[in-house]
Formats: sequence, C-alpha cells, structure tokens
Amino acid sequence: MHQLLQQIFSGLAAGAIYASLALALVMIYRATNLVNFAQGEMAMFSTYIAWTLVNAGLPFWGAFLITLAVSFLGGMAIERIVIRPVENAPILAAVVVTIGLLLIFNSLAGWIYSYTLQEFPSPFPDRPLFGALMTTRDIGVIAVTLVVLAVLFCFFRFTTTGLAMRAAAQNPESARLCGIHVGRMLAIGWGLAAAIGAVAGIMVAPALFLDPNMMSGVLLYAFTGALIGGITSPVGAVIGGLIVGVTENLVGTYLIASQLKFTVALILIILVLLFRPNGLFGTAIVRRV
Amino acid sequence: MRAKQRLLRGLCAAAGLMLATSSLHAAGQYGPGVTDTEIKIGNTNPYSGPASSYGINGKVHAAYFAMINERGGINGRKINYITRDDSYSPPKTVELVRQMVEQDQVFLLFATLGTPPNMAIHGYLNDNKVPQLFVATGADQWNDPKHFPWTMMWLPSYGIESRIYANYILKNLPNAKIAVLYQNDDYGKDYLNGLRAGLGDKAAKMIVATQSYETTDPTIDSQVVALQASGADVLLTAAIPKFAAQTVRKVYDIGWKPTHFLNSVGNSVGTVMKPAGLEKGVGTISATYIMDPTDPQWQDTPEYKEWLAFMNNHGLSANVTDVQAAIGYSYAQTLVEVLKMCGDNLTRENVMKQAASLHNLRLPLLLPGITLSTSADDFDPIKQMQLQKFDGTTWKLFGEVLSGS
Repeated sequence: MHQLLQQIFSGLAAGAIYASLALALVMIYRATNLVNFAQGEMAMFSTYIAWTLVNAGLPFWGAFLITLAVSFLGGMAIERIVIRPVENAPILAAVVVTIGLLLIFNSLAGWIYSYTLQEFPSPFPDRPLFGALMTTRDIGVIAVTLVVLAVLFCFFRFTTTGLAMRAAAQNPESARLCGIHVGRMLAIGWGLAAAIGAVAGIMVAPALFLDPNMMSGVLLYAFTGALIGGITSPVGAVIGGLIVGVTENLVGTYLIASQLKFTVALILIILVLLFRPNGLFGTAIVRRV
Repeated sequence: MRAKQRLLRGLCAAAGLMLATSSLHAAGQYGPGVTDTEIKIGNTNPYSGPASSYGINGKVHAAYFAMINERGGINGRKINYITRDDSYSPPKTVELVRQMVEQDQVFLLFATLGTPPNMAIHGYLNDNKVPQLFVATGADQWNDPKHFPWTMMWLPSYGIESRIYANYILKNLPNAKIAVLYQNDDYGKDYLNGLRAGLGDKAAKMIVATQSYETTDPTIDSQVVALQASGADVLLTAAIPKFAAQTVRKVYDIGWKPTHFLNSVGNSVGTVMKPAGLEKGVGTISATYIMDPTDPQWQDTPEYKEWLAFMNNHGLSANVTDVQAAIGYSYAQTLVEVLKMCGDNLTRENVMKQAASLHNLRLPLLLPGITLSTSADDFDPIKQMQLQKFDGTTWKLFGEVLSGS
C-alpha cells in the first residue's frame, strides 16, 4: 500500500516535469500549428543562462525573470531567422528545421558549458512531506506548473493578443485580411513558448541535474502528455503530463518490468492517435475553405 | 683448398650482408603510423551525448601527450594524438575508427571509451590486427586474450569490483537482503552477474529485488521506490553519474536507510555526491583503486601536486575535483610506459607483447599497494581495489587492498 502511494506520488512529481514542458509544446502549437522538436533543448539552454546568472551572484528570482526575458527575445529571434524562411514550405521542412535546432542547441550547450553534471539551486526548500511521499520541492514544481497553466489559459481566453494569435495560426490568410499582423503573432508565439520552456527547465533542473542532455528524455514524455491532453489544450497538457507520469510508474512497477517504461509512453502515443486523435481535451481544428 | 676458401669467404660476405640488412631493419621496425619522429595514436571519446561527462578522459590524454611532446617525446618520437567525438554512439565509433585505421593510419587505438562503442569495433580491430589498447570500460568480456589477442583492458573489471562487494557482504552482513539497481546493458549486467558469482549459492536467497533503468529515463525514482518496497537492507547501485546522483538523493528523500554500495563508475564527489547533496550520501560505500582528488589525505603528496600543476597548466582547472581526470592521466601514463618499453621496435605485435608483460607497474595516482600486472593470458592489468566510505565531504578508505579475482 505504501509502495502504491509512493509510486503514485513519484509519478505525480515526474508528471509535473513532463507537464511543464508539454505546456510549451501546446503554446507553440496553438501559436504556429507546428510541433517544435527543439523545445526541450531550448529550455535546457535557457536553464544554462539562468545557471550562469545565479552563479554570477544574482538572486534566484532575479535570474529567473532575466532568463524569461532573454528566452522570449531569443525565441522571437529564432522564429525570424530560421523559421520564417520555411514558412511557406511544406510542414516537413519546418519539422526538419526544428530537429536541426535541437542538435545545434545540444552541441552549443556542451561546447559552452561542458557536459559535466551541474547542480542547480531550487527556490523551494527541500523537506520531506506526507511521510516522505513527496518533497516540498515537488510541490513547488507542481504549483509553478499550475500558475503557468492559469496564465496561459487566461491569455488565450481573455486577451485580444491571444485571440489574434489563435486566428493567425489557424487561418493566416483570413487573419491577415482582418488586420492581424500574422508575422508578429508567430514571433510572439515562439517567444512565449521559449519563455514557458525556460520556466520548465528552471523547475526541473534541481530534480534532474543540469547537463546538455537534461531534456532529451523528458521531451518524449512531454509529447505524450501533450497528445493525451489534446495538443491544443493547456489544461489537457498538464493533466496529460500527470497521467503519463503516474501510468508509467504503475505499469512499470506492477504490470511489466521497468525496462519497458519508455515503451509505455510510446504505446500511449499510439493509442491516443488511434482512438482519440484529439486527445482528452483537444478540439478538432476545423478549417473553412 | 682454394675453392673451399672462396666458399667460406662468400658465406662470410653473405652472412655479413644479412647481418647488415637485419640490423638496418631493426632500426626501422615500424608498424603503420610510426616514423622516426612520430607515433600516431587514435581514440574515440564521448565529447557530446549522454555519456559526455567522461569526455574529460580524452582531454586529459591530449594534454598529457602534449606535455610529453614538449619534453621531447618518447625516444625522440612525438605522439600525434587523434581523438574524435563518437557521442557514445556505436555506429559513429565504427565509422570514426575505420577512418582512423584506414585513412589516418594510426598505429593503435588507445582508451576508446564505453562498453557499447568498444563492442562495435572489437571484431574489426581484431580481424585487422590493430591493437585496441587499454579500453576505457570495465566490462568483463574484454579480458579474453585467447579469442581477442588485440584487445586489452585497464580498469578493474566491473565483475571484480562487484565480487569485492559480495565478499564484504558475506563477511560483514551475512543476513543481508540485497536490492540491485543497474543500467540495462552489458555494463550494468556485469555488476549484477559479478555480485551473483561472488555470493555463490547464497545469491538466490540474498538478492531480493532487482530493477533496471534505461539511459533515456528522465528519473529513476520509481525504481528506487520499488526496491525499497522489497524490504531490502542493502542496495547495490550500478549507474552512471547522473542516475547515481539521483539514486543517492531519492534513497535519502524517501527515508530508506540501506547499506548503499555505489559502483566506482558513478562515485565522483564532484559530479555525483555534490549534485545529490553531500549530506544525503553519508555512509555510502564504494570501491576504488585511484586517489580521489578531493580526498585531503592525498593533497599534500608530491604525486597529487604534480597532477594538479599539470591540470592547471593545461587549462583543465575546472576539472580538478573530477576523479575521471585522475583516471585519464593514469591511462596516458600507462601508454607512455608501454611505448617506452617498445624501444625502437614499434610494431603492432611488439606493442601488444610489451603491454602483456607489465610487472607490478606502479603509477603515481594509484592507491598505495595497487599495481598493474599482465601476462600472455591475463589482459586485465588492475585486479585490486580498496573499499571507501563517504563521510559527507570525501571518501574515506577503510580496510585493506582487496583482490577480486
């Protein structure tokens, strides 16, 4: 019984990590209709920026805000420089570009910061909770993920920019005719996704330790989470991430050997795509021609 | 009479000529990649990718050979060290090694890193009779001179280390219930099998749970929780630094207090114990054969000071707490020693012969009492280790030097 609870709570802690990156994936998909394979590596790179700032003596939250700003601008710059030229090319071209970005950021981080494992400070105290089922740190990660979720939800639901961004992603031609600056919307979308990724990276680094490969394993689980929730829904991404974390632990412990945990995520992706392509909370994107 | 004399003279001349040519030949007994001024050595290291924390090994070799070259080289020959990044990816290793053997024409492959990458080039190098000298992996299978006479290991094998733990457990914790966490590949399984072999017929009873992880797993928390639930009071962790650090932390966080044996692959203070949280690793036991650079008891020795000066002079100051840097240094010293032993007979056959005749070779950073020995049928130079316990700042050696064979 104790083990079951512990597996569930460990799963929730891991799920929160997946969820935080899944949010960034949803953000970019909502804003640009594109899956960004480099999202994890961009988040990792942002985390290194935060790490540099903290090591330079800045207080944690100061470094956090600067990193978010730098990541936002960096994300916009990436959109301008490498995504815009393939804007009108087939979707595959953009996907290949994001895979290229993945490799570039990974190698760049290794080149600049070396591949040595670094410890990253956590803004939350490190105390066991509920009879050592979780630590205060895990709760902190979940809380921050929920805050990001709330901000995102309000942004898309209640702000004109959010609405304009959705319009620009779904139907660029009509949006342009309505007076929306589509290019700017896409750039802001990339910037926001990069900033959300930075939050994810900074939150998971104390748990996974910072190295250039920190996010490579997380990305696939985050994809699974985002897909389960329906790739368009922020709420779905968080719930999806948590589902993946818990399912992976329970199935890995009680049904199959832990060697197959990774496979569980892949099977979940296939099942969702087969039986519920829009995920639990996603809406089918309907386009009028 | 005269005919006999002439025959004799002719024979003498012929013999003289033969002597002359053979001695001429001896001056230039070179294999591929060797000239009067240069010895070309090939290497692959993971400078990027999941195992990149080990890339420091290659950097230290390069710096050490540069230092040897500055001092005039080995018997007047400079080492041309070609080291390439294989990202710990076997297909890449194959491509790079073929390139080094066939295009760059290296004399030998030295300290290629990682079990899977070395597996991938094992057959190729042995088929082509290219020395695969001092592989940087501890898998048991490398010590097989009968079938693979061109491959030699260096590290104490994982099996030997695991047997040392098994002997300790049998002697000091006879009623232990053992849990094992291992990386799901040959490296991790060598530890598991070594433990089983060391425990003998008690293995089935004493090992109560095993869990494995993949290098793609973001965390190993679930595995640690499952192992705790087995009721084990001894934990053996065979994991690389990232997962070793996570294990030390998780074991502490869930309030589990087993006697924790942590493999030497992931016991660096700088890259494992510090990220995990120093207080969380107190009491952890590991085995070692090398002076840990963070251990204050070595820091006044001339051997340590020389190494530190070497590191600082070659732009490697950031890595002076990493035991891997001490290991890479010792690897390079071993190769230099073997090349010196070869004299002017730098053929691939002779380099293997010399490497297989090390006799109690002492290296500065090995623990006192530990030496390298090899023979024609033993290609595992280091077979001794000593146990150590983590006290919250550094590893403290205890007991005697143990042999695991």
